[in-house]
Amino acid sequence: MTALPEGAIDCDIHPSVPSVQALMPYLEDHWREQVVMRGIDELNSISYPLNSPLTCRADWKPASGRPAADVATVARQALDPFRTSVAIANCLYGVQLLFSEDMGAAFARAVNDWMVKEWLDKEPRLRASIVVPTQNVEMAVDEINRCAADKRFVQVLLLVSGDTPLGRRHHWPIYAACEKHGLAVGIHAGSSYHNPPTPVGWPSYYTEDYVGQAQAFQTQLTSMICEGVFTKFPHLKVVLLESGFTWLPAHLWRLTKYWRGLRMEIPWVDRAPGDIVRSNVRFSLQPVDGPPDQESLLKLFDHMQSDELLLFSTDYPHHQFDGNAALPNGLSAELARKIAIDNPRATYARLMETVG
Amino acid sequence: MNEIRSQATPEVTAASKVGIGDGDIHPARKGPKDFHPWLAKRWQDHINEYGSPGRQGWQVGPAYPKSQPNASRRDAYPPEGGRPGSSLEFMQRQHLDANNIELGILNPLGSGQGVQNPELSAALCHATNEWQLAEWTSKDNRLRASVVVPYEDPVASAAEIRRYAGNPAFVQVLLLSRTAEPMGSRKYWPIYEAAEEAGMPVGVHAFGYGGNPITPGGWPSYYIEEMTGHSQSQQAGLTSLVIEGVFERFPALKMVMIEAGFAWAPSLAWRLDKHWKTLRSETPHLKRLPSEYLREKVWWTTQPMEETESPTRLAETIEWMGWDRLIFATDYPHWDFDDPAHVLPMKISEEQRRAFFMGNARKVYRGCAG
Repeated sequence: MTALPEGAIDCDIHPSVPSVQALMPYLEDHWREQVVMRGIDELNSISYPLNSPLTCRADWKPASGRPAADVATVARQALDPFRTSVAIANCLYGVQLLFSEDMGAAFARAVNDWMVKEWLDKEPRLRASIVVPTQNVEMAVDEINRCAADKRFVQVLLLVSGDTPLGRRHHWPIYAACEKHGLAVGIHAGSSYHNPPTPVGWPSYYTEDYVGQAQAFQTQLTSMICEGVFTKFPHLKVVLLESGFTWLPAHLWRLTKYWRGLRMEIPWVDRAPGDIVRSNVRFSLQPVDGPPDQESLLKLFDHMQSDELLLFSTDYPHHQFDGNAALPNGLSAELARKIAIDNPRATYARLMETVG
Repeated sequence: MNEIRSQATPEVTAASKVGIGDGDIHPARKGPKDFHPWLAKRWQDHINEYGSPGRQGWQVGPAYPKSQPNASRRDAYPPEGGRPGSSLEFMQRQHLDANNIELGILNPLGSGQGVQNPELSAALCHATNEWQLAEWTSKDNRLRASVVVPYEDPVASAAEIRRYAGNPAFVQVLLLSRTAEPMGSRKYWPIYEAAEEAGMPVGVHAFGYGGNPITPGGWPSYYIEEMTGHSQSQQAGLTSLVIEGVFERFPALKMVMIEAGFAWAPSLAWRLDKHWKTLRSETPHLKRLPSEYLREKVWWTTQPMEETESPTRLAETIEWMGWDRLIFATDYPHWDFDDPAHVLPMKISEEQRRAFFMGNARKVYRGCAG
């Protein structure tokens, strides 16, 4: 196992909303009443079934209730053992699945306010992503503007699969707001399930859904590049979270070949897709969907053509590795330091404002 | 994109010395009446009155306009007229002779697959199969046919496969990758059962309209996204085949993934293995690592060949898959044709070259061992 440098920045951990009751103090009166009147029990997505072996590592599982549901547990399990200096909390509560824009916006506000009071105010090592109601772009931008004054929010969180591809122009006000406030755009595994989770329909097994997240990320990278997001917003940083990364070289080879043949269709894309990725797109480390042997993994890093793309993550409490082996075997000390500290710092502008 | 070569000079290139197998040739009809000898009057009238729509909105043409007319090479129009790929004589001269193609697999497109009316879909597929025999394989013994099946009706598909099981002109079953449900779904199992019984591999060509957006996040804007997205669709289809246990249920089944790239295969295999190890309690019907099914049961045609910045990276990627997994293909007469003389940028052994350009194809396609 490669030693993790002290002071690593963990770019993907997942505090859980323990229950809808925990959000009640943060919901407006109307929505509190709706929750009670309509019997809204929980908004937990099928992306992470509560008791699946992937959703929570066995030694991180609480006796009852949801994992990672209080700040002391997260500090003890996710921060202390890895000597983490800063961890970015990405809350995966199912706000984006709601069909009502108004309800989505109300729950997003509640989740973000809950995050400030229950997590950021209690644990100085935590930063967070702003959860936004992607059902309505204007409401999403309002929520970004509302939260952006708190510099402990370092990123805006989107799910990889929503109603329309993320490069589509109607999403661009979100990216303009991110660029204005110095926030990264974090795109996390998961779906609103408003479209089938695969391009060929609904799968039978959870395993297919989870494995298929990598294909969803591939299509979103295609969309953001082809629509010209990075031509319009050249300083935007997009971080693919829990995406896997070993698919990147093959995907760029294919996309670049078609870009050479079909760029007449998208003339605003004035750089090769690989160049765009290297300047604007980053990947969280876990899960390492890597080859089983160290030598092949090093070849794969060569195929990625940059040591600046990966950002350390544990993906806590999801089960991606055992013990403290968060870094794959065989990395040089220099690469380990870049992944754990330098690359996250270079990606998240706000980390440097809030961390010494 | 394409280098225009004079058509009448069948130069023998370094690559073509070994005799080439081409896993993806697209024969085209001269016109809709080509199918009439095998299409009941009822269906001729039906098409005239109602068309033959699939799950997309246009009366004619693909969901995303192609980059070239008929997605074809500008130099592939037969001198006597007609669509690229519609003249056997010109195909022989421009492609089969010139590139030393000794085995060419026909994959007819626009042949009734994915047509919503199930009986019309079956009738068109059957006409396509008879047309391949009458107009192509009986006239050039380098060509082999694919059993085109109306795959959204698997029972009718199985009957069509069994109809040609004894005919050596047919060497594979052809599906399109954009199915209405993931390809491993039980609904499609009668197709795999009949293909296994007939000893034919199932080829899965990019395209098709199952009605689902080509991304899990909705419909993209551009043709380039659709073209790139065929790779993700095929990854999803393969994931389904593996996880549903199709290769356990039909142990002699072989799959050939056509025209959706191959360099993604190692990463897909690693990802499947990693997460299956965590989640295996969900799929006790799988007896082996997912990557082992891919390594033994699945082949990939090469076109459009991934172009890497350094040839070493391509070689390393193929090493991860195995040189025995790839079947060279040109996609003639389409615009993104791969030329056998230029497709491999690196030095490889004679054994690898023979496997890549012919040997693997002879092992996979039924009755082609030569």
